[in-house]
Amino acid sequence: MPSTPSEKIPVTVLTGYLGAGKTTLLNRILSEPHGKKYAVIVNEFGEIGIDNDLIINADEEVFEMNNGCICCTVRGDLIRIIEGLMRRKGKFDAIIVETTGLADPAPVAQTFFVDEEVGAKTKLDAVVTVADAKWLKDRLKDAPEAKNQIAFADVILLNKTDLVSADELADVEARIRGINPYAKLHKTQRSQIALEEVLGRNAFDLDRILEIEPTFLEEGDGHHHHDHDHGGHHHHDHGGLKHYHDEDMQSLSLKSEKPMNPEKFLPWVQDLVATEGQKILRSKGIIAFRDDPDRFVFQGVHMMLEGDHQRAWQDGEKRESRLVFIGRNLPEKKIREGFAACVM
Amino acid sequence: MTDTPSETSLVTRTRPVEAGGAIVAAHFLGRDAVFVLGEESLLFVAPDGAQHRTAAHDGGILSSASDGKVIVTGGDDGKIVATNDKGISQTLAADEKGRWIDHVAAGPDGAVAWSAGKMVFARTSKGGVKSAGVPSSAGGLAFAPKGLRIAIAHYNGVSLWFPNAVAKPEFLEWKGVHYSPSISPDGKFVVTCMQEAMLHGWRIADAKHMRMSGYSARVRSLAWTRDGAFLATGGSEQVILWPFSGKDGPMGKQPRLLAPYSSRCVVVACHPKQDVVAAGFSDGMVLLVRTTDAAEILARRPGDAPVTALAFSADGNTLAFGCDDGAAGLIDLT
Repeated sequence: MPSTPSEKIPVTVLTGYLGAGKTTLLNRILSEPHGKKYAVIVNEFGEIGIDNDLIINADEEVFEMNNGCICCTVRGDLIRIIEGLMRRKGKFDAIIVETTGLADPAPVAQTFFVDEEVGAKTKLDAVVTVADAKWLKDRLKDAPEAKNQIAFADVILLNKTDLVSADELADVEARIRGINPYAKLHKTQRSQIALEEVLGRNAFDLDRILEIEPTFLEEGDGHHHHDHDHGGHHHHDHGGLKHYHDEDMQSLSLKSEKPMNPEKFLPWVQDLVATEGQKILRSKGIIAFRDDPDRFVFQGVHMMLEGDHQRAWQDGEKRESRLVFIGRNLPEKKIREGFAACVM
Repeated sequence: MTDTPSETSLVTRTRPVEAGGAIVAAHFLGRDAVFVLGEESLLFVAPDGAQHRTAAHDGGILSSASDGKVIVTGGDDGKIVATNDKGISQTLAADEKGRWIDHVAAGPDGAVAWSAGKMVFARTSKGGVKSAGVPSSAGGLAFAPKGLRIAIAHYNGVSLWFPNAVAKPEFLEWKGVHYSPSISPDGKFVVTCMQEAMLHGWRIADAKHMRMSGYSARVRSLAWTRDGAFLATGGSEQVILWPFSGKDGPMGKQPRLLAPYSSRCVVVACHPKQDVVAAGFSDGMVLLVRTTDAAEILARRPGDAPVTALAFSADGNTLAFGCDDGAAGLIDLT
């Protein structure tokens, strides 16, 4: 059977610092009666307590590419294993990649951009990060990997909430939000969560980049609201919650109600990721171009970008361009000025 | 050109085969074509069309190679299996940790090599097994045409290993990810496919570099012409042949570009006796191309899936092709 894009096998990346509860979540995914079969690529062998004939042990092999893009790395082990797993397509519904506690999620994500075969047969579904409510705060101070994992995440399980007080929980949550206000955040104990909250998220699907809003706006948790560019309809009760700016990892949101000039915007964003891509972990955008009936959407990981015309702007839909960058020491002034110069 | 099948096409001389599963490689054992399936089995097809299957692995078949006498396969069941022309399979070795056998190679005098992650093993026909470690998972293995010498592709280069020598493998460095090494028939050059859309080569005597770029995709198929004068490659919307007859290989020379087409050439195989390359394309088409004058003959019309396997019989009278959707066939070239 020829493989069509709809048959691409989803790949979920499970990250989290040592001891946060990744393996517990993985065991939960494998043991719940969902009727699905998962191929699991694990890096810390021996912890999986579930019988599964498609558990593959691999050493994380991060390889640099020779494509002139200095931060472009891929996971060679994933290319090899996904290619091998495709021999048995039809025997499983999805792939889960468990990374080591020290892993950077970027090479995993970049593998799907770089390797044509991997990109043709599988699709990155989401980066799910499990964080330890008690220890994350310390790890954010002493482990850059832990910060990367939070910044990169589409879904965050703030786990072991039973081990901290309500104040401590609010504090660690605010610290997470100071780094990544866009991930879906779930507070859990013993990694207990409905599986549809972590699997089948389509977080890297361009068609799903429908809205780019900090997700806590819909959670109603009463968080501090970072982006003061909004119209008047998003005001929140701060409720006395703390508001942290992480000193080196932050997100930057840009918005324009005026149409963008495609001749300026596309070269600008490509140049931006080419020059600042080492700092930019993830980027997403929905762009309204002048005289273009379609929404243009893009997403990126470090220096890699992919974008496409998505669908027509609908009647009554506000033609508004929005961009989000999450990264380390983002050159905010340069980005804001560059963006402003692309407005018609 | 008018499409007169009797003159310009071999389509009518094809015996179709339905393998019932994705085909990952094709070989010939004697007069039988053998299709390696993605899972478990080898499918033997005799010249008269008679078929039989041999179950070689309990799971996916990750790699295969043949010396014309046996087909060696490596599986995700951790086994290295040799299957002979009667369809009898014998397990040569099983990985002690059950690791995937990522790559296999068949060498002179019945020697066999395989790799599991960063470990590479070589077994002589007498049964002794030697092993060597490489710095990262092997991306492919190839024997030199003579002697017991194995090229191992890996991250940042290729290692040349003499399993019978005590010395550490000789390391030829080039930054990047390397796959599918191949040593020229005269033993002078080694070429790898890189993760990027290019090849890299070394002259073995002095480790002189050869960069071969211009592809539209990662190259996944290499084949030396019968006399070793050219290295035929896929990875582009045409067949690219690099000249290797001079002492500097293709350096300073232009490659030959044959059979330009709208789809990508993904598999190549060279005729054992004539200056002919078989090219399989991503839309399922198979062409025979004469290297001397670029004349093309259609061997299979585009189908539903990419061509994944091509092999000529040793006498050059039959071409076997196989595709990702299990469609296959034997083409009579006599």
